[in-house]
Amino acid sequence: MIPLSNYLVLGAVLFCLSVAGIFINRKNVIVLLMCIELMLLAVNTNFIAFSHFLGDLTGQVFVFFILTVAAAESAIGLAILVVVFRNRRTINVVDLNSMKG
Amino acid sequence: MQTAVLVIVLAPLLGAIVAGLFGRQVGRAGAHWVTILGVAASFLLSAWMFHAIVLKGAEPFEWSLYRWASVGTLDLEIGFLVDRLTVTMMVVVSFVSLMVHIYTIGYMHDDPGYQRFFSYIALFTFSMLMLVMSNNFLQLFFGWEAVGLVSYLLIGFWYTRPTAIYANLKAFLVNRVGDFGFLLGIALVLMYAGSLNYQEVFAQAPELARQRVSIVAGQEWMLLTVVCLLLFVGAMGKSAQMPLHVWLPDSMEGPTPISALIHAATMVTAGIFMVARMSPLFEHSDTALNVVLVVGSLTAFLMGLVGLVQNDIKRVVAYSTLSQLGYMTVALGASAYSVAIFHLMTHAFFKALLFLGAGSVIIALHHEQDIRRMGGLRRYMPITWITCLIGSLALIGFPGMSGFYSKDAIIEAVHHSELPAAHWAYLAVLSGVFVTALYSFRMFFLVFHGKPRLDSHDAHGHHAHGARHAGVPHGQDESHTGHGHGEAGPPRESPAVVTAPLVLLAIPSILAGGIAAKAILKDGFFDGSIVVHADHQAVRVLAEEFHDWKAAIVHGLTATPTLLAVAGLVTAWALYLLWPSAPALLAKAFAWPRLVLERKYGFDELNEFLFGGGARGTGEVLSRVGDGVVIDGVGVNGAARLVGWISGKLRWLQSGYLYHYAFAMIIGVLLLLGYFVHGVGR
Amino acid sequence: MEQFIFWAFAAMLVFSACMVITVRNPVHAVLFLVVAFVASSGLWLLLEAEFLAIALVLVYVGAVMVLFLFVVMMLDVNIARLREGFIRYLPVGAAFAVATIVAMGLVVGSANFGLERYAAPARKAADYNNTAELGALLYTKFLYPFEIAGLVLLVAIIAAIALTMRGTRQVKNPKPERQVEVRREERVRIVKMPPERRT
Repeated sequence: MIPLSNYLVLGAVLFCLSVAGIFINRKNVIVLLMCIELMLLAVNTNFIAFSHFLGDLTGQVFVFFILTVAAAESAIGLAILVVVFRNRRTINVVDLNSMKG
Repeated sequence: MQTAVLVIVLAPLLGAIVAGLFGRQVGRAGAHWVTILGVAASFLLSAWMFHAIVLKGAEPFEWSLYRWASVGTLDLEIGFLVDRLTVTMMVVVSFVSLMVHIYTIGYMHDDPGYQRFFSYIALFTFSMLMLVMSNNFLQLFFGWEAVGLVSYLLIGFWYTRPTAIYANLKAFLVNRVGDFGFLLGIALVLMYAGSLNYQEVFAQAPELARQRVSIVAGQEWMLLTVVCLLLFVGAMGKSAQMPLHVWLPDSMEGPTPISALIHAATMVTAGIFMVARMSPLFEHSDTALNVVLVVGSLTAFLMGLVGLVQNDIKRVVAYSTLSQLGYMTVALGASAYSVAIFHLMTHAFFKALLFLGAGSVIIALHHEQDIRRMGGLRRYMPITWITCLIGSLALIGFPGMSGFYSKDAIIEAVHHSELPAAHWAYLAVLSGVFVTALYSFRMFFLVFHGKPRLDSHDAHGHHAHGARHAGVPHGQDESHTGHGHGEAGPPRESPAVVTAPLVLLAIPSILAGGIAAKAILKDGFFDGSIVVHADHQAVRVLAEEFHDWKAAIVHGLTATPTLLAVAGLVTAWALYLLWPSAPALLAKAFAWPRLVLERKYGFDELNEFLFGGGARGTGEVLSRVGDGVVIDGVGVNGAARLVGWISGKLRWLQSGYLYHYAFAMIIGVLLLLGYFVHGVGR
Repeated sequence: MEQFIFWAFAAMLVFSACMVITVRNPVHAVLFLVVAFVASSGLWLLLEAEFLAIALVLVYVGAVMVLFLFVVMMLDVNIARLREGFIRYLPVGAAFAVATIVAMGLVVGSANFGLERYAAPARKAADYNNTAELGALLYTKFLYPFEIAGLVLLVAIIAAIALTMRGTRQVKNPKPERQVEVRREERVRIVKMPPERRT
């Protein structure tokens, strides 16, 4: 029997790895976007685990929607990335600091 | 009665509005007709009300027209109180105003601002009537301010002249000082009596007399003393008593008709009227009455002296007005309120007459106002000559003229008053009689008698001084009355529109005194409106001594004032007709006193330096330091700089790098987790 | 058996996640992400969420990751420069990550969410149709969010196109019916020219 906490800790680990990835990675915006996908994955795992252990399908419905939105979001994120690349010719995060206050 | 009151007040206002706003549409004739009809209606109805109240013995008429605001328990209303005092003032005001309106047709004939002028003087009539017919303090103040405003507008009527602007601002500002005191007085009345209505306040006068207030810590004053002193400050401003007298001579910058109307007959008497109206309050405070006496007597005497050295015909009459106002004030101080009103009435007639006569002379000589360049006009302008003679005789109190009764009554009243200041006041007013006769007949002889000096040039050296405007070119000055011929040629008598008012004013200057004397002095004409306490018995003694006008003349012929007046007349004749070179010698002998008089005791210089300079200096400091350094530098710019500095520091958080932002979020998550761990671990 | 499946897939998942953030070549990173998703799908199957597990592979890996791959390969990135600064921030990042994991572990650890609190539920029957159950729920109780999700996808499409479209190229399509009607005067204009001299 796998306790619920196992799944939750797994989700936590995934989440923290992706956060570390955002922080460590300074050079590639694509990796940034991938880390976001990882974060979403961690959250999804959480939801599924709870749905299983509480016997309520609502968690899975939620994951369904998260998947949808994550897909949409990555599509648009990549579109923006492409346009930025067209204009700036770089995907170095350090060079994309025009939001500097 | 109600409709009569409304028409009296509103007819001039309507005339003013039509002439003012629709001046171009109605044209010149339309403007003067509509205002004259309005003021004539006022006069006729005032005369009718006078007839009803005085001659038919109707009850005083009080009517509250409209309550326009209600604050707590206080009702602010437009109301009218018409008793004997009011109706006397109404008749005087409307009559003199009507005369001035008619006179103006001729005087301002060629002025481009013709309709504007009529609008203003009709507006003035409305304001003055509102003032005298009011039944509460607030409306009185409304009328007070309104006449001040119209005075400002009229003094600066020729607004392109810098001297006129200086004068009208001066008048307004000095008036403001008086109004400030007035307002404080009204506020005190409201505070302690809880009402602004005359009847209600006067009914509470005995209780108010027992109250005391503490203004400076530890010093307790009688409430009514403070109230009356403050109200009198207002009267000092409006009626030009020292030291708030400085605006009246400058107000001669305005056209002569308004000098006659406002600054001789009506507006300046508002202060006198107000004190008389407040007699129930003043009677309780001997301190206030003493102050009134002192101020009045100083003004009466000292201003008369200044009149001796004036060379501008209008300034002589202006200082004469100041002096006579002092006389009225002295009468008020001696608790002879009815006598003060009596003198107010007679003075209105003969002073307006003198001003209008001066105006007639001025336009006949094409705006020449320096009496050293006049002379011998008796031959050329007989009507003006005779009316001015009547006016001057009335002014000095020649037996039989109206001024004789009122002026002598004042002197007698002061003589019998028992207030501490009365002794010196008596000396002052008595000496003033001599001075009055001297300056009036100096002016009269220099203008109308002797050899004509119309082309003389010996007045050049002194131009800059007393008469500011004597050197101003003719175009903008007092207007012509269609004389036709140019500067050369002998002067001619003024047209009928100018001389008719002179004659109409001369009649009451002779008769009004004799007719009214018995009623006012003996029979208690103002008994319902004016209250006199038993211990101020000057008026009672007067009443006992007076029998009728014939006896008064006989008595007067041997009385001191008459002798002094005749002495003054004779001295003037001697100095200016018999030995014309004498004045110059006297001037050299008394050079130093003469300088003091010519500088008008230095009041103008003092005001200019102390108050004008003080205000300017304070303003500059406040502007440069207060506004510039403190508000702009520290407050506004300082706040901006602070915001800029803080945001400069906060800017470090906005690096533009995504991972920094993500990192910030992670730190937040950590903190949140820490909170949960902390809470969960328990 | 279950334990083994769990730990195997979990290890694969964590390992590939680590690789995603540390590997040099972005294409490799994407591929490792695919592995992570597959492992995760396996775990979800273990949790009896069959439909979503398959959807993860089909939709997420099949579409979104492929999209990532397209973009990575399209953007001509300079790999050499990409490695700078990595070592510099590694300690800090790692420290924070560890700290957060520990904190999270304390919260969601077995103390609070262990088997005593949340018992393992009974396995579903063999003919349990997860898809049907999910569908029933989606089309009744969550109909409104379902429709909005569709709208969100529509918006995403429009946004992506609007962002990247560079305008239609001017394509010249021939119109034969007009070509046949043309006349000589519209095509040729005679300009006066002096004749050539042939000497």
